[in-house]
Amino acid sequence: MKKISLKKLITTGIILATAALTLTACGSSSKSSSASSSNNTSSVAAIKKRGTIKVAVFGDLKPYGWVNKDGKRVGYDVTLARRIAKDLGVKIKFVQVNADSRVDALSSNKVDLVLANFTVTSDRKQVVDFANPYMKVSVGVVSPKNALITSADQLKNKTVIVSKGTTAETYFTQKQKSVKLLKFDSKTQQFNALKNKRGVALADDNTYLYAWAKTHPTYQVGIKQLGQSSSIAPAVKKGNKSLLKWTNNEINKLNKQGFFKRAYNSDLRPYFSSDVKPADVIIEK
Amino acid sequence: MGHLGTNILFAGNNFQRLLGGLWTTIWIALLSLIIGLILGTILGMLRTLKNRPLRIVLRLYLEFFRIIPTVVLLFLAYYILPRQLNLNLPADQVAVLVFALWVAAEFSDIVRGALISVPQHQRESGLAIGLNHWQLFRYVLLPQALTLELPATINLATRVVKTTSLLMLISVMDVINIGQQIIEANGQTHPNGIFLIYGVIFFFYFIVDYSLSLLAKKVDIAKQH
Repeated sequence: MKKISLKKLITTGIILATAALTLTACGSSSKSSSASSSNNTSSVAAIKKRGTIKVAVFGDLKPYGWVNKDGKRVGYDVTLARRIAKDLGVKIKFVQVNADSRVDALSSNKVDLVLANFTVTSDRKQVVDFANPYMKVSVGVVSPKNALITSADQLKNKTVIVSKGTTAETYFTQKQKSVKLLKFDSKTQQFNALKNKRGVALADDNTYLYAWAKTHPTYQVGIKQLGQSSSIAPAVKKGNKSLLKWTNNEINKLNKQGFFKRAYNSDLRPYFSSDVKPADVIIEK
Repeated sequence: MGHLGTNILFAGNNFQRLLGGLWTTIWIALLSLIIGLILGTILGMLRTLKNRPLRIVLRLYLEFFRIIPTVVLLFLAYYILPRQLNLNLPADQVAVLVFALWVAAEFSDIVRGALISVPQHQRESGLAIGLNHWQLFRYVLLPQALTLELPATINLATRVVKTTSLLMLISVMDVINIGQQIIEANGQTHPNGIFLIYGVIFFFYFIVDYSLSLLAKKVDIAKQH
């Protein structure tokens, strides 16, 4: 009898402790998810005072945010990050993130700014604030050069290869129901399927396909844009007006100076197939 | 050999970077083990005492760290804690904190188990010659428990080393994280590089963990003589 009561006590204790923890965690995230102006540790003034800006970047997404063989962080996002630090007059500290932790890194003040190929979506707008975009991405279609697909009409009743969970899959299931889809779990599998001619073409993010076509010269991205394009933009913590405003001005200024075109030429062009033009990827105003 | 991607491994300072990542892995594991084993010994001793509320609290602590996956604990400490308590620690310190608390929890159970397996007459003899509680632990129970703890402790240590691979999730530049950077930087040109890099990482982990078991064997033999 005594033993059972002890067991019960422990179980109750654990449940209570877990519940308390969950409750406080939820309560706080709704309370402090926005940065108020009074204690904003990522405001422009706070960053300048600290002398360092913490930027979240990818470490494994070539050619946007990656590490070269000398151990140096490079890429299109990284070049922009370094320029932003320079214009703020502060040092830069990179925090490597993966796709899932980009929002958390901002909301828990691990970073001031996210420059990690962050696509603007309405869901994400609820939890972070996006600045003006500096790049765009849309669904593209790659096919063999000797049987090139150049318009969506050519795909009717044909098989197109996609990866599960990508925007390409969503696009075809919603907008082009007459296209037969062959779905795969990984990038490697989908490209192997294309090489083995299990479909007439393969659809994925166009920026990803440009890079693949570069190393596979017998293929070409025949359709560069299907449907609407999405923007890729810097993100700051929800409510960080100070840094948001500064970043917006900075992006506009850099646009006027032709910074993004230069960054495209140095960081992206070497990795994209030669038929890709800057205007396919960057946003020029 | 070129097609296997050996040139990736030695291009630039890739190999030094991997070794640097391995060092991060090792010092985090080592520091957490040192702190965790000391704390765990104390907690384990406390758990053999007759004080019931204390035992329940310590039991809860153990179950908390044993039941909750380490990934969750790391996320909790790295992303949730800062919002909660405004305590913003760097990633490697968070890693040491979480791992040390985890090791302490698991080790407290090992110590408790070892202490109560020391034959009863040893404890009674100690008390009979007038040792107090602390002296009993220090001179009679702990030395004998040490031998009993050893296999489980080495097992725990190797688990800690392996679990450091989760640290990439909280932005620690450990050996796996660096390996992934190298793989992705060469993914388009050397699709097979992944096997080589993970092979090397496997070898690194093997060296670290195997030397731990060798150490255990040596200590064990030394004890028996």
